Amino acid sequence: MDTIPFEHGLLLASALFALGLVGVTTRRNIVFVLMSLEIMLNATGLVFVVGSSKWGHADGQIMFLMILTLAAAEVAVGLALIIQLYRRFKTVDIDVLSQLKG
Amino acid sequence: MSFLFYAGGAVALISTLFVILQTNVVHALIYLVLSLLAVAVVFFSLGAPFVALLEAIVYAGAIMVLFLFVVMMLNLGQTTREQEKAWLPPRVWLIPVVLATVLLSGLLSSFPANSIEVTEVGVMEVSGLLFGPYVLAVELASFLLLAGLISAYHLAKSR
Repeated sequence: MDTIPFEHGLLLASALFALGLVGVTTRRNIVFVLMSLEIMLNATGLVFVVGSSKWGHADGQIMFLMILTLAAAEVAVGLALIIQLYRRFKTVDIDVLSQLKG
Repeated sequence: MSFLFYAGGAVALISTLFVILQTNVVHALIYLVLSLLAVAVVFFSLGAPFVALLEAIVYAGAIMVLFLFVVMMLNLGQTTREQEKAWLPPRVWLIPVVLATVLLSGLLSSFPANSIEVTEVGVMEVSGLLFGPYVLAVELASFLLLAGLISAYHLAKSR
């Protein structure tokens, strides 16, 4: 087995996380915002797996499984909220939600 | 193995870039599936085959299909695409890109320089831990999924 530099794994995860952050802050379509959140969660999981591989422990992979479960639950609730938003306002623009501030 | 790591990483980065640049929701979803599959390849190259399979099955399979169902239910067609283009003039990218670059450079300066001896951590070790010390976490995860199920049902219910 050959070696992979530890910082390259972290670099990949950080770059994915930064791309997800750009998506979350730029997009106005709520579906894209949720997708960018998925990218960020996935990047976090990648760090755990890189750490698990570095120290040869399975604990990091367990944490990734927990993140996977969290992402599944989060997506289910988020998509239900998107459906409800679309039903009420006939749009996927997150800016219409600013009327919640009253 | 390191070739797989770099190839998977490059595909993941490029397809993720396309996800955030797309204006068509379905195309963005397909790119996201590609990105997740590439990350699964990265996991495999890091010696985590169980997690790689779960990433492909649960993330790229189940979660993305959920997204696809909702996108098809919402029927976001041509009008949304034009609206999307109107929402994304080049200047809105400026500040997020600067912020993300600051974050990335902050993260980059804190990396330890080390190398990974790729050792395979297989299904046996992971499931041994899952049914041993982490059994409570598995139970909590099932509670979380149940809560997600109930709240998704309640929120999406039409009245």
